[in-house]
Amino acid sequence: MARRDFSVSRLPGFAGTAIAVFVALYAPIAMLVVYSFNAGDSIAIWEGTSLRWYARAWENNQVTDATVRSLIIAGSAAFMATVAATMAALATTRKKPFRGQTAIYVAINQPLMVPEIVTAVALLIFFAAVKVTTGYQGLGYLILAHTAFCIPFAYLPIRARLEGMDLTLETAAADLYATRWRTFRRVTLPLMAPGIIAGAMLAFVISLDDVVITVFVKSAGQDTLPTYLLAQIRRQVTGEVNAISTVLLCLTVLLLTAFFLLTGKKS
Amino acid sequence: MTQEPAIEARDIVKLFGAGDHAVRALDNVSVTIGKGSFFTLLGPSGCGKTTLLRCIAGFETPSAGEILLDGRDISQEPPNRRPVNTVFQSYALFPHLTVAENIAFGLQMLNRPKAEVSEAVARMLALVKLEEMAGRKTSQLSGGQQQRVALARALAPQPKVLLLDEPLSALDYKLRKEMQVELKRLQKETGITFIFVTHDQEEALTMSDQIAVMRSGRILQIGSPRQIYAHPVNRFVADFIGETNFLAAQIKAGRAQLAGGVEIALDPGRADGKATITVRPEHLRIVTPSGGNVLQGKVTRSVYFGTDSYIQIALEDGTELTVRQQTDAAGSVGPDVGARVGVAIEPGAAQVLED
Repeated sequence: MARRDFSVSRLPGFAGTAIAVFVALYAPIAMLVVYSFNAGDSIAIWEGTSLRWYARAWENNQVTDATVRSLIIAGSAAFMATVAATMAALATTRKKPFRGQTAIYVAINQPLMVPEIVTAVALLIFFAAVKVTTGYQGLGYLILAHTAFCIPFAYLPIRARLEGMDLTLETAAADLYATRWRTFRRVTLPLMAPGIIAGAMLAFVISLDDVVITVFVKSAGQDTLPTYLLAQIRRQVTGEVNAISTVLLCLTVLLLTAFFLLTGKKS
Repeated sequence: MTQEPAIEARDIVKLFGAGDHAVRALDNVSVTIGKGSFFTLLGPSGCGKTTLLRCIAGFETPSAGEILLDGRDISQEPPNRRPVNTVFQSYALFPHLTVAENIAFGLQMLNRPKAEVSEAVARMLALVKLEEMAGRKTSQLSGGQQQRVALARALAPQPKVLLLDEPLSALDYKLRKEMQVELKRLQKETGITFIFVTHDQEEALTMSDQIAVMRSGRILQIGSPRQIYAHPVNRFVADFIGETNFLAAQIKAGRAQLAGGVEIALDPGRADGKATITVRPEHLRIVTPSGGNVLQGKVTRSVYFGTDSYIQIALEDGTELTVRQQTDAAGSVGPDVGARVGVAIEPGAAQVLED
């Protein structure tokens, strides 16, 4: 007998709604990508195909500087956040529920819950004080700030991976003469690696994309790609913005696809 | 058997939890396991058999008592220092490693030279007949094959003792039968002491040299399968190992007096008084009710099993008896339900139980 369970996909108008939602989601992005290849100056009137905006962005020192800066910040922040998140995940999973567990989860995931603008203002005030006392003006502030809000994004996939891991495997390694360290190196770490890579990529993308905290924390001349774009559209919107956005989009899509492939695979 | 002991557990106590709520998973367990023997810990779930195994492996530390391996106390050593390997119920194969890498793991952790490791892996693959699977990931194997890899992995470092924690419970009936034979063969070929945990009495009877029957953290009886089956010490053991019947009896001068004036001879040396005796269904015979010295009853149920029929009989005092009767060539299945029958006890079949 066929089961007639309730299914959203059988409701009337489901297909139409779904299509409308996807169009609303992707049409603007499609338009942005298409106009990045526009030969004319306008971002709304098509004047033929060309790569001139990509060439212009490539030759623009401000763009290349911002790109390098973005990559340095995202790379460093993703690395540090992933290390911290890995340790946090190891310490908070695979044991009996303990007192204060929820408090620790909340503390780790705090950046997801506190409004970003609040964090941004707090960091601005805090770092201003640090700048005055130390005199240090470098990228360190941005890297630290990004690390902080990237931790929960790195933590969640790593924790999910660890929670799905059979603890008996570590017992088996110990039974087979592995010391604690070798058990970690040879069994735990390889098994959690997909989670770690996924966490690192997610953190990288989140950092690459950040505007609010970056705008508040950065010193003069420390534009990242998103803040550069923001500054550009205040003056005059050209196809250059489209070109940069398209490149950023491609990079993000690549990383997120890899992320889903890594976390979706169940072994 | 006059073997040297491989494992000697002395007064092992294991408490889980603390204070008044502590659970005694093991309650003063002492057992000596002979070198090279196939020793089975048998009991219902929660009897402490797995806890005892985990204490020997080092995954649990006993709250009191000591465990000697070849005469040396190992109870405080971590599992990676004990020359003891385990086959886990879930197999616990490393999913990121191939079959060969899984088998090599223990020897690699012992820092054995590469040549020795690969030689041992090849030998183990041959022993469990998985030569063609060496390069496969363990997730690509069937349950029975995974079981063999788990065995090979645990045997590769040539442990002094191999611990098996209900390793056959995840297999279907036919495969389980095959693996029982296989395990016995591996044990004979390697000469390693096997300690096998199971709740399946049939598995225990067919494979073991010695069986320890456990209940509520205690060992009730240790003996060969024959001893355990034929001479259970108490009601629990008799009931747990196979089917059996219980009869109330009055013992007098070496004879047991049963209901209806039936008397049977017992081994000498039994004290007089009330007792329970047990008789296996295959040691009861259905006879005509008119014969002398037979129990009288009425057939209440008859279940046909192919080779045998189980016939349930209610005695006049209300006691239920089960008689196992072999199907004869004519395919007759014994008396009809409701028939009045006599039940005779084969000489020497009745066992007096300590209660």
